[in-house]
Amino acid sequence: MKLVEIKDLKKSFNGVPVLRNISLTVEEGQTVSVIGPSGGGKSTLLRCATMLEKVDGGSIAYDGKYMVKTDEDGNAVYAPKAELKGICSTFGLVFQNFNLFPHFSVLQNLTDAPIHVLKMPKEEAEAQALELLDKMGLKNRADAYPGELSGGQQQRVSIARALALRPKVLFFDEPTSALDPELTGEILKVIKQLAAEKMTMVIITHEMAFARDVSDHVIFMDGGIIVEEGDPKDVIENPQNARTKEFLSRVQSTI
Amino acid sequence: MESVLEFFKNLWNLLVQLSPSMLTTIEIFLLTLVLSLPLGLLVAVCRMSKWKPLSWLTRIYISIMRGTPLMLQLFVVCYGPYYMFEIPLTGEWPFIAAIIAFAINYAAYFAEIYRGGIESTPLGQYEAAQVLGYSKGQTFFRIVLPQVVKKILPATTNEVITLVKDTSLVYALAIVEMFTRAKMIAAAQTSMLPYLAAGIFYYAFNYLVAFLMERAEKKLGYYQIK
Repeated sequence: MKLVEIKDLKKSFNGVPVLRNISLTVEEGQTVSVIGPSGGGKSTLLRCATMLEKVDGGSIAYDGKYMVKTDEDGNAVYAPKAELKGICSTFGLVFQNFNLFPHFSVLQNLTDAPIHVLKMPKEEAEAQALELLDKMGLKNRADAYPGELSGGQQQRVSIARALALRPKVLFFDEPTSALDPELTGEILKVIKQLAAEKMTMVIITHEMAFARDVSDHVIFMDGGIIVEEGDPKDVIENPQNARTKEFLSRVQSTI
Repeated sequence: MESVLEFFKNLWNLLVQLSPSMLTTIEIFLLTLVLSLPLGLLVAVCRMSKWKPLSWLTRIYISIMRGTPLMLQLFVVCYGPYYMFEIPLTGEWPFIAAIIAFAINYAAYFAEIYRGGIESTPLGQYEAAQVLGYSKGQTFFRIVLPQVVKKILPATTNEVITLVKDTSLVYALAIVEMFTRAKMIAAAQTSMLPYLAAGIFYYAFNYLVAFLMERAEKKLGYYQIK
């Protein structure tokens, strides 16, 4: 089943096109990695998909429901507000720099949105939060504040926070880029575990070995277009396009 | 030795004598805070409004409040209605006028403090809240405002301490608060001692304010903002 369907997505900033007709489909249970050089449009794609940026054209649908589509005049039209709320609850997003709420404890970071957005009973939200923290290996840090945690721990909390709203698809915007190499591993391990559980995920990453080993599909983006995509092993170990080859040879050391 | 004892006895008597009017001072102080703190937040929100006319109007309001003396504002609010519309100045009016003038003046200062706090909130906090499905109101009251309060506490303490001292300005409207009373006694006794008593009162009051604000800061010190 197609969980995410993006078609002909267009986005410009001050007349400079950043996304040119990007189309992308994510099947339920799939892990898709997006790789490519900085400024290639990866983050903008994710920000458009999560409504942090408005698109200029094209369509995005979650679970068969259109979040935005383009009318005959070429204008991007978003779904009505009431519908949009439901559609947006389909996805979650993990930020590069976590963006945890500093005034909330770890537990509150995980329970506040379920309680106040989903109207989940407090007991249920807390039980769920503790379960998620256990999964992230952070059960004993429930009462800590984000400022007291290491970067890797903060990122694990932010993954748990996103999962607490039970999204059908989880987006990751360079989840390990703000971390020391030694902390990167603990995040990749968590994502690997989620992939094994068949969580649907789209991950922007610079970790080529990780993209190759964990994802079902790899997309190489540059200059606002999808240059090459396909099976992770094929794209990363045997790229066909010259730009893909050049990019991969530059980051080879990370494989 | 005797004269020193006499001095402290006189001082104590003065403080007792001034105590009823201290209540008026405290009343002005508390009423101003209770009104200007929420009003300031409202003004800050209007000032940051994307709707330009509102933002400009608020900007002009803040500019006038900060650019003219509070004493002048007290006169305008108190006597303005009489001179412009011939509304008689009766009983309680000067006191009410003083509270209005203080509230709108302090709201302007607080608004700018709030604005600084709100604008320094990282964009990532708003984005995280949006993706988690918080409404705009929830984002402001659950995520942004609590962090703003922590950030602006030291600047707010400054304003609150100034307010304690500014309450003495209402003597210009012939409202008998502590300072007005001290002045009367000083004139009657031809003595500096009432002023010393007034000074002790202000100092003690501000000491308490600073102590309480510091406690509040400590209480909010349980977390750090990056």
